[in-house]
Amino acid sequence: MAESPSHPKRGTPHIEARNLTMAFGSFVLMRDLNFVVRHGDIFIIMGGSGCGKSTLLRHMIGLLEPAAGEILYDGENFTKARPEQREMMLRRFGVLYQSGALWSSMTLAENVGLPLEEFTDLSREDIREVASLKLALVGLKGFEDFYPSQISGGMQKRAGLARAMALDPEVLFFDEPSAGLDPISSRLLDDLILELRDSLGATIVVVTHELASIFTIGNNSVFLDAQSRTMIAHGDPHELLAHCDNPVVHRFLTRGEDGEKVSRPHG
Amino acid sequence: MRPLRSGLESRLEKLCFNLRRMRVFRHPVEPFACRRYGMLTRNAFIAPMATSIHIAAPPGVTLTRSADTLTLHLSGEWSMRHKGAATARTLSSLDAPPKPRRIEFESSDLGEWDTSLLTFFERVLDHCRTRGIEVDRSGLPPGVQRLLELAEAVPEKKDARAAAARESFLTRIGNATIEALRSFDEFLDFFGRVTIAFWRLLRGKARFRTSDLMIEIQDCGANALGIVTLISYLVGIILAFMGAVQLQQFGAQIYVADLVSIGVTRDMGAMMTAIIMAGRTGAAFAAALGTMKVTQEIDALATMGISPLEFLVLPRVLALVLMMPLLCLYSDFVAILGGTTIGVGMLGINFTVFVHEAAYATTMTNVLGGLFKGTVYGALIAIAGCLRGFQCGDSSSAVGDAATQSVVMSVVLIVCACGLFAVIFNILGI
Repeated sequence: MAESPSHPKRGTPHIEARNLTMAFGSFVLMRDLNFVVRHGDIFIIMGGSGCGKSTLLRHMIGLLEPAAGEILYDGENFTKARPEQREMMLRRFGVLYQSGALWSSMTLAENVGLPLEEFTDLSREDIREVASLKLALVGLKGFEDFYPSQISGGMQKRAGLARAMALDPEVLFFDEPSAGLDPISSRLLDDLILELRDSLGATIVVVTHELASIFTIGNNSVFLDAQSRTMIAHGDPHELLAHCDNPVVHRFLTRGEDGEKVSRPHG
Repeated sequence: MRPLRSGLESRLEKLCFNLRRMRVFRHPVEPFACRRYGMLTRNAFIAPMATSIHIAAPPGVTLTRSADTLTLHLSGEWSMRHKGAATARTLSSLDAPPKPRRIEFESSDLGEWDTSLLTFFERVLDHCRTRGIEVDRSGLPPGVQRLLELAEAVPEKKDARAAAARESFLTRIGNATIEALRSFDEFLDFFGRVTIAFWRLLRGKARFRTSDLMIEIQDCGANALGIVTLISYLVGIILAFMGAVQLQQFGAQIYVADLVSIGVTRDMGAMMTAIIMAGRTGAAFAAALGTMKVTQEIDALATMGISPLEFLVLPRVLALVLMMPLLCLYSDFVAILGGTTIGVGMLGINFTVFVHEAAYATTMTNVLGGLFKGTVYGALIAIAGCLRGFQCGDSSSAVGDAATQSVVMSVVLIVCACGLFAVIFNILGI
């Protein structure tokens, strides 16, 4: 992928997980996660259903606290940050939730405008203008005064993306972006993700198990394995496909189509 | 066709014909019905009926033994609509001596089949497995063989069932007690966090939208007036009526005015309003926040660096705390009006006299005490509602649970607080 000179930080470490352990009470979901995401990466969190992909994302954005280990952003410790410090770091994040998670009592413009209202000194008109622009970026021009319940699921997802981009975040998190979308919408969303990375220079973290998406957009990844309860691969998904010896990873990336018949696991 | 028919048969024929015209017969007919009417039709009108009735043969199994092999002949239509009487009979005859070593199937007479046939085989296979009887499946229809293979492809997970084991009675009591204590603990914790948020609000640091506060105020203030009016008026009537029956015996009807005005301003007004608001607004808070939790809207606020506690809980608590004293005052007024209706209408007391007596009995201390109680109840309801909403699980049924629990928790807290106030007011001599 072409290196763009306008983003000088590109390629330097951005997000780092050190010995991260995720647990619910005494039940350990994943342990010893160590990975580095560079600036400008599109980082894929992949793995089978129910192995803790979304949970890892929720740890990375501070909705859940790790049982052990820590997460760093630009070398700054996020896990151990004081509340005010953490709030400052959170403002550099944008998150697109699985269902969009738009605030249902507000119009789309208000949804996109709320973070601006809270964290900037922009006037009411300016906020409205920025919100319209962000909505236009995701193809929702003219839908400013619609409520989330009045638009389709795909549109809600795009509106959620507009809101996630409201504060021009440095990191964008996507939780299963293609879930519930038809193949074409899903493809368009992939294109949009690539476009955002190239134009905003943002680092992007995506939870997905869509192989098409993984290979179209991803240039870095981590593979979580439910059986061994840890990560079993880390790196560019294309290289993992070509070189990774681990049979679980290989079977996942090839849909189990080469090799012997796939046996169905539990769960 | 036979020329002669008995009178009974011809009447039954007419009945069947009419039933058919009325579309009582549907496809396929129950085997019970088929057998009944099949007997009739064989003699009388098989030709006209056959075109419209699909006669399903009942499922059946016949067993033949040869040496140590048992062959199961399957026949008829196996549908889940039929009762599985054949299963139990077959299983018991498998055990009848002489014990077979091998089982075969013969399915050439088998009609349509569905899952009922599979469950039958599952039971037979299970039965044979435990008794060490060999099973030859080659006689089964190919579809059944494939489905059975599919069902057996993944072995049963051993610990999956053990997890659902029943707990003993004492364990459940213990767990419930721990749960109740924990829930009170959570309430205190949440109460503390709301207090801190209020402190931030007073220092001008808290963030929420004034428009949200206004919407909540309208919803739990103005929109609640109707139900508060109705209930308060009826409570006033009930209080007055109960008092009147007793006081009339002494000729002291006029004290109904005192009874109603003191009772209502001191306790009942605040109490009834609080219970109405717990059912109406507290549950609504829990359901609204619970749904926001399910749709990840609360997470979205949190990751945006906006405190959900300030943004969602503060306006709700504030609105209810501001509106409760007003609603209580209104409720006091309406309840006394209800009492007046009884006093004037039933006891025949002069309106002016009644009002004068009620006004004389109403003291500022009682009214303010009642309003204070109401305000505290309002805070309890709002906090309980928001807490249960925040704790809501990730499913739609959890939202319903959250609403229920918020009402239960509010009512318990209101009654406890009421008792506590009675003791404190008594000690203070109010």
